[in-house]
Amino acid sequence: MVTSNFDYFAPTTLDEATSLLSRYRGEAKVLAGGHSLIPMMKLRLAEPTVLVDIGKIDGLSYVREDGDGVAIGSMTTYRELETSSLVKSRYPLLADAASKVADLQVRNRGTIGGSLAHSDPAGDLPAVVLAIGGSVVARTRRSSREISIDRFQVDLLTTALHDNEIITEIKLPALPSGTGTAYSKFHNPASHYAITGVAAVITVSGGTCTEARIAVTGAGDKATRARRTERILKGKELTPAVIRRAASRAAAEVQDTLNDDIFASAEYRTHLTQVHAQRAIEEAAAAAG
Amino acid sequence: MTVEITVTVNGTAHTATVEPRLLLVHFLRDVLDLTGTHVGCDTSQCGACTVHLNEDAVKSCTVFAVQADGTEVTTIEGLADGESYTPVQQGFWDEHGLQCGFCTPGMIMTAEWLLKQNPDPSEAEIRAGLAGNYCRCTGYQNIVNAIGAAAKAGR
Ligand SMILES: Cc1cc2nc3c(=O)[nH]c(=O)nc-3n(C[C@H](O)[C@H](O)[C@H](O)COP(=O)(O)OP(=O)(O)OC[C@H]3O[C@@H](n4cnc5c(N)ncnc54)[C@H](O)[C@@H]3O)c2cc1C
Ligand code: FES
Ligand code: FES
Repeated sequence: MVTSNFDYFAPTTLDEATSLLSRYRGEAKVLAGGHSLIPMMKLRLAEPTVLVDIGKIDGLSYVREDGDGVAIGSMTTYRELETSSLVKSRYPLLADAASKVADLQVRNRGTIGGSLAHSDPAGDLPAVVLAIGGSVVARTRRSSREISIDRFQVDLLTTALHDNEIITEIKLPALPSGTGTAYSKFHNPASHYAITGVAAVITVSGGTCTEARIAVTGAGDKATRARRTERILKGKELTPAVIRRAASRAAAEVQDTLNDDIFASAEYRTHLTQVHAQRAIEEAAAAAG
Repeated sequence: MTVEITVTVNGTAHTATVEPRLLLVHFLRDVLDLTGTHVGCDTSQCGACTVHLNEDAVKSCTVFAVQADGTEVTTIEGLADGESYTPVQQGFWDEHGLQCGFCTPGMIMTAEWLLKQNPDPSEAEIRAGLAGNYCRCTGYQNIVNAIGAAAKAGR
């Protein structure tokens, strides 16, 4: 399959890259790992006339401590995330989710910035970052802003990013002591995309749950916080009955946009979301305790 | 627009002027005549097109040739030293790790990378490592045996 024609730029600095995006605003797309964009271009679902490849810019691939939290460069690949000792120790669910993306060839190319910017309804990392909290750093030629992850995923394949902005970094907050995390996914056996995936970050103090962020992907049109589930967990002792009740509400927020396709009916997805919410919450709660 | 790129393939630098939309797999097959790298699905699924790009196993149908400018690429043609096979190639030979052979270049390039990361993989780790490589003939068992044999030979 051949994509339509485009002009290609491979800037070596962020300044050049953001200038190119401004100059070709509306026509240009950023090319990161290319593992969502190139397949879409081959199918001519995307036909940008200009590509700005950010793969030749040094210094966009890193995982490092940043104050109390951790900062991750946007070009960091899944492979780098799953093998990073800092990610494994601070955000085990992120390392685990990265290791469950697709296959090793895809994980060698796909990036965290690309995954968030693309906002695939079945993408893994959008839900994981949403459950951890934190923000996305986006830069234009003239300025830089931090977008809270809670406001980042807007709609199907749509984020709060402007078309002249490049994601440079993802900032993750420190998780309080007593926090456990987990990601539970039911994957499509061919592509490994999430049919449903649930990310859970749970803090337990003195036997009660003081904080819970639960995010669902795959089921609806975008990664979404399961706020009803969170409310049921918060302030309670996480007994099996409480966890079951909370998990039973996990698909509520995506009810209006539930996917219903050849892989799984809406009803089946609702069921899978509850099952994987229960598993993720149980695992996170056990790790917190 | 055309772009001049230089890619070092199997140790030799090649310079060519290409359309940006040319895929790396077609650069290898059609421009350099290295037809050992196969196109199976052309939709990033099957792994027949796997090559090493700066030492990472990647699907060359999902990389533009221009992205490979300035990199080192290794293809199936770059593995054997004359008549002497790598342990992975020898493993596929000894264990009959192929039938039609269409998936084999991709399987071998993935296996080479896998054993570099993990020289002593379990059978489950080998199978997980092959998640991005499809074979329509063998049922995988002999491929898994071949990689296991290569790991043993490499130790
Ligand atoms: C066979 C296959 C299986 C897959 N399975 C899974 C799976 O199981 N789970 C999963 O989550 N994903 C899966 N993916 C998708 C994969 O994770 C993609 O790599 C990822 O979604 C996009 O990241 P990328 O770096 O490749 O981005 P690209 O494809 O380069 O870009 C994607 C989009 O984001 C924009 N963009 C990229 N980076 C930036 C940036 N820094 N700033 C601004 N905009 C940017 C681009 O302009 C484009 O619109 C799969 C892909 C394939 C081919
Ligand atoms: S041809 Fe590249 S993955 Fe199938
Ligand atoms: S040997 Fe025929 S596809 Fe694998």
